[in-house]
Amino acid sequence: MIRVFIADDEAPARERLKELLEDVAAEVPTGIAGEATNGLEVLERLPGSGAQVLLLDIQMPGMGGLEVARHLALLPEAPTVVFVTAHDRHAVEAFELNALDYLLKPVRAARLAAALKKAAAGGAPGREQLARAASGAREYLSVAERHRIVLVPVRDVVFLRAEQKYVTLRTRTQEHLIEESLVALEREFAGRFVRIHRNCLVSRAAIRGFERGGGGEDEAHWLVVLEGVAERLPVSRRQWPALRELLAEKP
Amino acid sequence: MSIRQKAFSDVLPDFRNLGVIARVLVAVNAAAAMGALFAAASPAQALERFVAMAAYVEPLLLLTLVALFLLSPLLQRISYAAGFAIVLAVVAALAALYQGLLPLVVAEPLPDAWRTLVLAGVIAAAVLGLLRLVAKAYSPALAEARLQALQARIRPHFLFNSLNAVLALIRRDPRRAERTLEDLSDLFRTLMAEPRQFVRLADEIALLERYAGLEQLRLGERLRITWELDAAPSDALLPPLVLQPLLENAVFHGVEPGTASGEVLVRIERRGKRVLARIENPYLEAEQSRAGNRMALDNIRERLALFFDAEARIHTHVADGRYRVEIEIPYRAARA
Repeated sequence: MIRVFIADDEAPARERLKELLEDVAAEVPTGIAGEATNGLEVLERLPGSGAQVLLLDIQMPGMGGLEVARHLALLPEAPTVVFVTAHDRHAVEAFELNALDYLLKPVRAARLAAALKKAAAGGAPGREQLARAASGAREYLSVAERHRIVLVPVRDVVFLRAEQKYVTLRTRTQEHLIEESLVALEREFAGRFVRIHRNCLVSRAAIRGFERGGGGEDEAHWLVVLEGVAERLPVSRRQWPALRELLAEKP
Repeated sequence: MSIRQKAFSDVLPDFRNLGVIARVLVAVNAAAAMGALFAAASPAQALERFVAMAAYVEPLLLLTLVALFLLSPLLQRISYAAGFAIVLAVVAALAALYQGLLPLVVAEPLPDAWRTLVLAGVIAAAVLGLLRLVAKAYSPALAEARLQALQARIRPHFLFNSLNAVLALIRRDPRRAERTLEDLSDLFRTLMAEPRQFVRLADEIALLERYAGLEQLRLGERLRITWELDAAPSDALLPPLVLQPLLENAVFHGVEPGTASGEVLVRIERRGKRVLARIENPYLEAEQSRAGNRMALDNIRERLALFFDAEARIHTHVADGRYRVEIEIPYRAARA
């Protein structure tokens, strides 16, 4: 029996999927692992539910399906995702290109059965694969903690600093280690963060000013003063001219 | 879809329309200003001449506009050529009368009578020609094309989700499924209808209610609509699909993207000679990136201008976390 989790903001759409699952039960036996009515609810309820397949509407309030899938991919027991959409040409094209499975609403029983069989055989979609299919930047960064996904709103992030295998994510009140590459983060959130050093991205909005560093060390001529975080971060010589321009632009 | 090319019908402008009156005022004064400029040696002198000329021209102009305002219903019924002749005759008669009466009021010497007559006639003919060009640019064929652009804009997302919702109803509540399909048919009949000039407000309200029923089915308790229609004049005429796209926007931008339930207000009322419609929805900050709002709004604004010229107003504003669209059109009743 495949344990299926259903995520859709419209009640009739969830009912319809349950009906169809019953209809195809002889061919593909399934059980309901849980339901959610918006993106954030999926991230709260799915971890630990034992869901193997997630039927995920892509247009949901709170957080869209594609971003939900990207956060879920962090889970060690991430479910296989089958996206469901009424009409979204761009998303469908992205799914095709990145070999992600999807169903079109209204869903046909035969298509659903085929998707479930395929999902049971295959594994969860990879993070890279999902990132390529996503059209925009995420609104949250996430950390997986056993049966839980911790979300950090991107607008709360003060800086991101690469240290060996991980990136340290710093908000005013918290610090997390995330498994992402600084280069990819810089590309995804271009405009929101600015590079001040080979290993560090800083939120533009959080920059309060610059002050002279103690000198001596080659790269530590200037330090960034940040809103809400006491730590001063060194600016590399290479990034300084671009930063100075940015400072001039700021009102 | 082909665009029906309706032949442009020559009708004199409606001299009771504010837009037409404004254009006449501007055109005649522009002509006077040009005249002053031609005859003057310096800008200061031109201004002086223009002021002097305006003092002479303005009373005649206003007199003429009043006469045309009164004659407007008659002028609408007769042929363009006859109307043209009547307008010229009215202008000439008034100019002669004005020329004759003026010496009784002012002592200053007046321009020659023949010059006044010829100039008044030439300017009147030129202004009529100008108005005819404007009317041509604002012709029904254009209004039709704009309407069709709006009709073609049905959101596929809405259609497929509605069909999906009906499928979910068929086994559990077949009667409601039937009603929903009927509503969907009515909505699409309107969206695919041959373009019409005007519909009755009662019909547009029925369309709103059908549409709201479909959205209600999909969104359930998340959508709460308050209707304030007691003072709505059901016989008022308005261009088709003016209100429904606005309600659709309200749901699409103000309710669907939110996790909490959202309240939409639809209020339509008559105030004297005006019909006011207001549609309000929650203003969702994060929603501003989603496209599609402007297109319907621009389209409706354009069509209201085509139908009512300067007498219709549409504006939007955000206050207290609510997004509000207000439309104001002149009240014109359908013939019973």
